[in-house]
Amino acid sequence: MKPSSAAAPGESTAPSFAIDRVRDELKISGGLNFADAAALWAELRKHEAKTASGQTLDFEMSGVKSTDGAAMALLACMRGELHQRGVKSEFVGAPEPIQAIVRLYRGDVTVAALKKRRPRGSLNQIGRATIDVLTEVQLVFAFFGQMLLAGVAAIRAPRTVNWREVAPNMERSGADAVPIIVLINFLVGMAMAFQAAAQLKRFGANLLVADLIGISVTRELGPLMTAIVVCGRSGASFAAQLGFMRVNEETDALRTMGFGPMRFLVLPRTFALVLVVPLLTLLADLAGILGGLLVGLGNLDLTLSGYVNEVVSVVSLWDVGSGLLKSVVFALAIALIACQQGLATSGGAEGVGQRTTSTVVVTLFTLVLIDAVATVFFRIANL
Amino acid sequence: MSEPLKPLKPLIQVTGLTIGWPDAVLQQDANFEVERGDIFVILGGSGCGKSTLMRYLVGLETPLAGQVTIDGKTPSEQGVSRPTFGVMFQSGALLGSLTVGENVALQLQEWTSLPKDAIGAIVAAKLRLVGLHHAEDKMPAELSGGMKKRAAIARAMALEPELIFFDEPSAGLDPVAAAELDELILGLNASLGITIVIVTHDLDSIFKVGKHCIMLDRETKTIIARGDPRELRDRSEDPRVRSFFNRSPQVET
Repeated sequence: MKPSSAAAPGESTAPSFAIDRVRDELKISGGLNFADAAALWAELRKHEAKTASGQTLDFEMSGVKSTDGAAMALLACMRGELHQRGVKSEFVGAPEPIQAIVRLYRGDVTVAALKKRRPRGSLNQIGRATIDVLTEVQLVFAFFGQMLLAGVAAIRAPRTVNWREVAPNMERSGADAVPIIVLINFLVGMAMAFQAAAQLKRFGANLLVADLIGISVTRELGPLMTAIVVCGRSGASFAAQLGFMRVNEETDALRTMGFGPMRFLVLPRTFALVLVVPLLTLLADLAGILGGLLVGLGNLDLTLSGYVNEVVSVVSLWDVGSGLLKSVVFALAIALIACQQGLATSGGAEGVGQRTTSTVVVTLFTLVLIDAVATVFFRIANL
Repeated sequence: MSEPLKPLKPLIQVTGLTIGWPDAVLQQDANFEVERGDIFVILGGSGCGKSTLMRYLVGLETPLAGQVTIDGKTPSEQGVSRPTFGVMFQSGALLGSLTVGENVALQLQEWTSLPKDAIGAIVAAKLRLVGLHHAEDKMPAELSGGMKKRAAIARAMALEPELIFFDEPSAGLDPVAAAELDELILGLNASLGITIVIVTHDLDSIFKVGKHCIMLDRETKTIIARGDPRELRDRSEDPRVRSFFNRSPQVET
């Protein structure tokens, strides 16, 4: 650090105060200020260390010309520490203007020691974290139950649902996501085809790239990549929006006006996602297959009709259908977790940020989990 | 008016109410009543639980013990049905995705069968009443703090409730806006007979509008004073009550 002309705490060369120990007294004199705070503290510590329990160490202030708040805070704090160790310590002889500052900083009363929060042991922390996670999972399931009940009630009395929110949410979660979903899935299809091309060429099985891309995109990658994008866009947005509404008392206001957050906020968003995510998945399937086609044409000497015919003959309706089925479950999972997390927000901007983060993390994990379970299930069931 | 001869029970009855969390109770065994037509002030220092108490009165929280009834019904059981009272939240709590007019219209669309133009007329009249007729098409984000509160009052009045709750109406307002809000509250009470429950610690407002009050205390977790705020100021023996009303620091013991 280079020396600067403006005196910052701890950088001053010659302190403007002096401390001399005379028997049981620290004679403090001169000007006490923030710029010398570090030197003052070091000096006080030195004398404190030399004083044993049962002794006395008063602060003799008659020579103090001036003091500021920071210096007084240090003195008062040191006095408190001495008291705790059983050392008697008082401010003595301070002229009236200085004594006023002593009083302001509670240098003249016995201050009860603040209880320091004890750091938790690591075992304790692990236990707590585990309980937290389990409670959170339990809350998500409880929310799922409420959502189902609200869904049943909504089917019985469709008028009670806030349908006006469905269309704007479909636009935001669906239409606005089309470019990014098409682009990502096109690139994923292309990358897959490139990787496969090198292997397939060796066996002269160039045409099989159509099979590989067709099946893997419709069954796995299309639905999963789409859900991941929707989770990042809409899941985060739902959580942040509902979280802010919670913090801003808007959800409370809704409840006092007789609108349950479930049917007013959660169901419209869930409907919107369930309607829109399968459509996005279809687009994703198409984009992925087109990505494969590009590689097939450019790198594997396939013809357009050859590739398309192979895809059409190999990809069954069930391949696409199972992918769409998964996408509906993905949509439900995204809406469920995002809304649950959003409505569980507390504690201002910080809370909204935390809930948004946990929404994305928990949802991504859940999506991959559902995908893995579904794939294994479909294989075992020979579907 | 319906059946003026029938002796009316208090509008709000609170019996044995304990609020807070099991490990951090805020108020213990609170008992009080709010008569019809009253302007009832809940007051106390910061952290005594007065805003929280309001959340229990309007049914947003479930009591740890005891019960609240409004017109004989428990407010939390109201659930998804037409609300019988209005609430103005501290920040206004207008729905950010709707215009001011739409915020006021929301309950009319949901809970009445009024045609669109009639709803429009009522919304315009309510907004005029709070001096916001020029702001009907604005979004809440475009309003100042005081305007948000006034819009929230218009929304709380949308369904002609006989009871309105106000949470810290004058907090964050300039003195003129706060005084105007007091006038509005007095006007609603005097002309329409609306019962009003206010949570506040604004002394000017308490003396100007309050007919009855209860004072909550953080240390003892109980109601330490009740009655006419002006009388409490002048006659109370309790040093805590006196120092609150006389705006003097409490001597630490």
